[in-house]
Amino acid sequence: MLQVENLSFNYGKTCVLKDIDLNVKKGEIISVLGPNGVGKTTLLNCLLGMIKPCFGFIKMDDMDILKMSPTHRARLIGYVPQAFPSKFPMTVFDAVLMGRKPYVRFVPSGKDLEVVSKVLMSMNLNHLGLKDFDRISGGQKQKVLIARAIAQEPGYLVLDEPSNNLDVRHQLEVMDMLKKLAQKKNIGIIMAMHSLNLASRFSDRIVMLKSGCMVCNGTPLEVMTPRIIETVYKIEVNINRINGYPYTIPLNPMPENRIHKELLN
Amino acid sequence: MNTDCLTIKNQDMKNQYKALKYRSLVLLVVFFGLLSVIVVIALCVGASSISVTDSILALIEDNGMARSIVWNLRLPRIIMALLIGIGLGTSGAVFQAVLRNPLASPFTLGIGSSAGFGAVIAIMFFNGLVNEYAVVTGAFIFTLLSSFIILGVSRYKGATAETMILTGIALMFLFSSLSSFLQYLGTKEEVHGIVFWFFGSLSKAGYREIVMSGIMILIPMPFMFRFAFDFNLMTAGDESARALGVNVPGVRMFSIALASLMTSGAICFTGVIGFIGLVAPHIARMIFGSDNLFLIPASALIGGVLVLSADTLGRTMWLPHVIPIGIVTSFIGVPFFLYLLIKKTKEYW
Repeated sequence: MLQVENLSFNYGKTCVLKDIDLNVKKGEIISVLGPNGVGKTTLLNCLLGMIKPCFGFIKMDDMDILKMSPTHRARLIGYVPQAFPSKFPMTVFDAVLMGRKPYVRFVPSGKDLEVVSKVLMSMNLNHLGLKDFDRISGGQKQKVLIARAIAQEPGYLVLDEPSNNLDVRHQLEVMDMLKKLAQKKNIGIIMAMHSLNLASRFSDRIVMLKSGCMVCNGTPLEVMTPRIIETVYKIEVNINRINGYPYTIPLNPMPENRIHKELLN
Repeated sequence: MNTDCLTIKNQDMKNQYKALKYRSLVLLVVFFGLLSVIVVIALCVGASSISVTDSILALIEDNGMARSIVWNLRLPRIIMALLIGIGLGTSGAVFQAVLRNPLASPFTLGIGSSAGFGAVIAIMFFNGLVNEYAVVTGAFIFTLLSSFIILGVSRYKGATAETMILTGIALMFLFSSLSSFLQYLGTKEEVHGIVFWFFGSLSKAGYREIVMSGIMILIPMPFMFRFAFDFNLMTAGDESARALGVNVPGVRMFSIALASLMTSGAICFTGVIGFIGLVAPHIARMIFGSDNLFLIPASALIGGVLVLSADTLGRTMWLPHVIPIGIVTSFIGVPFFLYLLIKKTKEYW
């Protein structure tokens, strides 16, 4: 289990995250939602051990992640960044092979190549294997970066807005791929998301952040209510339930005077 | 699809990838062969007309004049040219990889112009026209100084590619204007000596210089191979390289320090032989792709080929004159480079 206890983080004097408590179990998908600049990426960076929280702990399978070596951490937790490298003139195979870094001493071994071709095969990416990463589509790039993280053979996966910049079909494909990975490989997934509907369709639990604080943490049905979405995003919404999933239809940005009234309450 | 079929396909993918890498390995061997051929040619040609057989025999037996010319004039020059090519090619590839910038080279980072400034100071204030070691020492001290400044600023402001490149370019302008200022004050002889140093010349290469350059160029080599896979990860971005366990600032600073040492070893005895550090890695990239495991040795070999052929042409083309190597490398390197740039079919950077 990935445990976040009492986590706070400040950039200088600005408080970015405050008292976050969160658990990610293996096999579970958790989406972190909230408007821009609310601290989603900071939370993910803390989970990856890239930045040190000011207070609180992050434990992975009962070990403090800050006490692990970067290599040890990279064997337990995989990362899929938000942006693709702008120029990455290598083959898809090479890109996925990089995920083997935590296991490679000097140069990748035969076993590393084996793992990479298995991952490519299991994710139906083998037809891309020897193509240049720069020459495949955005949706394919996203899948390749997920494949790289899977090649790390991690217990947990951290993704920063995996559906960003993808067309609708690729959004569904990527999400579906993540859902299957979580179940088949028993990986715990935590991802920052912008799309409310993809989050409610594919997550087991949703965490809402508002100015660095956790507003709620529950199943999509518990979290996706007009009241919560209106307070967090300051918009008027309509929620419809289709096939048991709550779908949000944003209507209007909330008028300024109503926002002030809510703040006073 | 049954599992047997999956395994076969799986093997297939792996083997295709391996085949791709074997192709690169074969190409490396081809370039090594090419380099060896050029070495033999360089041994056999020169101002004094010794026959090809005599030149080669001179390597193994005492045949008088020929032996002396081959061992004391041609061989040291060839070895020095190879060392310089290897040093500049490798360090250029490393600079481009860790700074993630196709324009990065020892010279864009100010290392060339700081070496020049060191040489200028030695020539003007430490009797460098007579005492050649003063020039070498000056150039060496100032290359180290400029890389320490770059590393120092990076330590303070974070070792990002941008910080390093901007610091390097600022230093380049500082040192070249300082050199110009001193030349403005210098006597005619001093200015002549300075200009000649900037052209680059292999004429003073002897075995003692070779040993010192060799130490500076060859000792960092294994470390560069050690980090080649990390360099690959860093081309995908600092953030994801760090998430995969690479100590990005550490690897970047350490490899910049070593690559600067290599550059220093290549240029402090012979002057600023520009361009190779920029061009050899690009040619290598067009032929071998961007995998640093192959790119680094390929840049070294291509650097060697370029410097040695340039020097061999420079000392035989226009007898009895010897055209300074810095000029010849640009003469043959630039058109060749432009040709490849226009002809290339795929984006390699």
